[in-house]
Amino acid sequence: MAYRSVLAGLVGLLALAASAQQPVPPGSALAGRPDSEEAAKLAPVSAPPLPTAADKLPTAKLHLPPGFSIEVYASGVGNARSLREGAKGTVFVGSRLLDKVYAITPGDHKVKVIASGLHRPNGVAFHDGTLYIAELSQISKIDNIEDTLDNPAKPTVIYDDLPKDEAHGWKFISIGPDNRLYIPVGQPGNNVARDPLHAQIRRINLDGTGAETVAIGVRNTVGFDWNPVSKELYFTDNGRDWMSEDVPEDKLNRLTKFGEDFGVPYCYQGNISDPEFGWGHSCSDYTPPVALMGAHTAALGMRFYTGSMFPADYKDAIFVARHGSWNRSKKLGGDVVVVKLNKDGSVKSIEPFLTGFIENNNYLGRPVDVQPLKDGSVLVSDDWNGAVYRITYKGKAK
Amino acid sequence: MKRALLSALAVSALAGTAFAATPEKAQICLTCHGETGQSQTDNIPSLGAQQPAYALIQLYMFREKLRTSDVMNEMAKGLTDDDLHTLSDFIGTLPKPQPPADAGDPARMTAAKALVDKEHCNSCHSAGLDGRDNIPRIANQREDYLLQTLRDYKSNKRAGYDGTMAEVLGPISDAQIVELAYYLARVR
Repeated sequence: MAYRSVLAGLVGLLALAASAQQPVPPGSALAGRPDSEEAAKLAPVSAPPLPTAADKLPTAKLHLPPGFSIEVYASGVGNARSLREGAKGTVFVGSRLLDKVYAITPGDHKVKVIASGLHRPNGVAFHDGTLYIAELSQISKIDNIEDTLDNPAKPTVIYDDLPKDEAHGWKFISIGPDNRLYIPVGQPGNNVARDPLHAQIRRINLDGTGAETVAIGVRNTVGFDWNPVSKELYFTDNGRDWMSEDVPEDKLNRLTKFGEDFGVPYCYQGNISDPEFGWGHSCSDYTPPVALMGAHTAALGMRFYTGSMFPADYKDAIFVARHGSWNRSKKLGGDVVVVKLNKDGSVKSIEPFLTGFIENNNYLGRPVDVQPLKDGSVLVSDDWNGAVYRITYKGKAK
Repeated sequence: MKRALLSALAVSALAGTAFAATPEKAQICLTCHGETGQSQTDNIPSLGAQQPAYALIQLYMFREKLRTSDVMNEMAKGLTDDDLHTLSDFIGTLPKPQPPADAGDPARMTAAKALVDKEHCNSCHSAGLDGRDNIPRIANQREDYLLQTLRDYKSNKRAGYDGTMAEVLGPISDAQIVELAYYLARVR
């Protein structure tokens, strides 16, 4: 404990020293915005708070490769964000704009609020019967959750040594093959100086101890998973706004060694030196992405597919939910893509999978996360409509 | 508190319908927020021409206690989802609030206009500061309400629906907030 507070003190001093050396970072969503009429038309769009009624969901307008189909798994899941499947088939869903975590019961797909009054409870993870919840600046857990869905205990905080910044403060969390909980800390603004507390991925033991930083130079990752073959961590990262319509692109990264530096804010998309922070730095000093995911597409939740329902070429591929752009005149993303890998873990292809959420440059829905179920089907959350969809494969029509 | 609500109800009943199309549940809103959507009451915002998507979010947050205000939490408690739509759509039809007769000190107005441009308030909130979708109209809002709101966003007392305002106000000083409220209330 004493060691830990000394450490925290040191980190605090470092942060103070850093802030004394340079002006306060711009910290604004609009930092870098050019003074043009077309740029002024762009603004972040927030999902409505009330979920869309089941019969108004856009499933009929969505497209999948031949043989796949999509249905509504559950509606009325306000601002549905991160997804997890429990050992007994319960699906847990976080939210960002609301204060709730939901459980969707197996079989009847009933939606229950299992925790409320939380601050941006975006992230959920499940391990050995326990549900882990990530709020903006703390991680908590509810033990034995699937046996207590009707009367769940209040979440118990296990870790709260986290910044309280609203910008990129909401968190995706996941538990790795090392049985540790991985927690991102995003940059507290669009394009701001690096400090010792942000732009990183940490991991903790499941009791909240042992925090350490495993990756730095990460602007804002809202999705990661481990390659089932190599056990390496793959994660999406969102590029900065206002550089241009077409760059930088969001990234798919791969962590191959502890503490690796992915370049933000000095270098974006692996090969663009930032016009403001890039001076004195070289992109070659940072780990490049394994794939570019499109400009402003907001590549968020991702999972490796290890199920057996889908065709063989989907085995060990990655499904990535792209939430869709706001900082771009013509909307891009708003879909789920499938990333297929080579044996060495590099990217072979990126193909559209679930599309049709953009109509006349407006969103009919916005995918946030993907979650393969034990039966091999794949769930997709949509925070715009407050819904969860299920994708199945029944083979090509004869 | 309860007495204030009751007398507000009574005033509302006496005043009758300000607008033929005023939904029944909106009558009570106008007693405090102003018969024409322009508030005459300290610290209570004008609702006129407010963006319906923004108004719906706020009513929802009051109902769910995601935004705290004793009076508004009480007012919104029994509202159904349909009520939220009806009330927020109605609010959008009320006339724009008018700027005060006092046009403001020209030097302060000019300096504050430069700050609005520099911080790009007129980007998300639109060139005329009348908002769009989930982003509110701020032009000619009451100065006291703007001041309180900006301070509450800055201090995180009001977290906001999506956290954008806390982020935007990070580098803005309290002295600048005072000037922004002064300008926004009087802008023409």
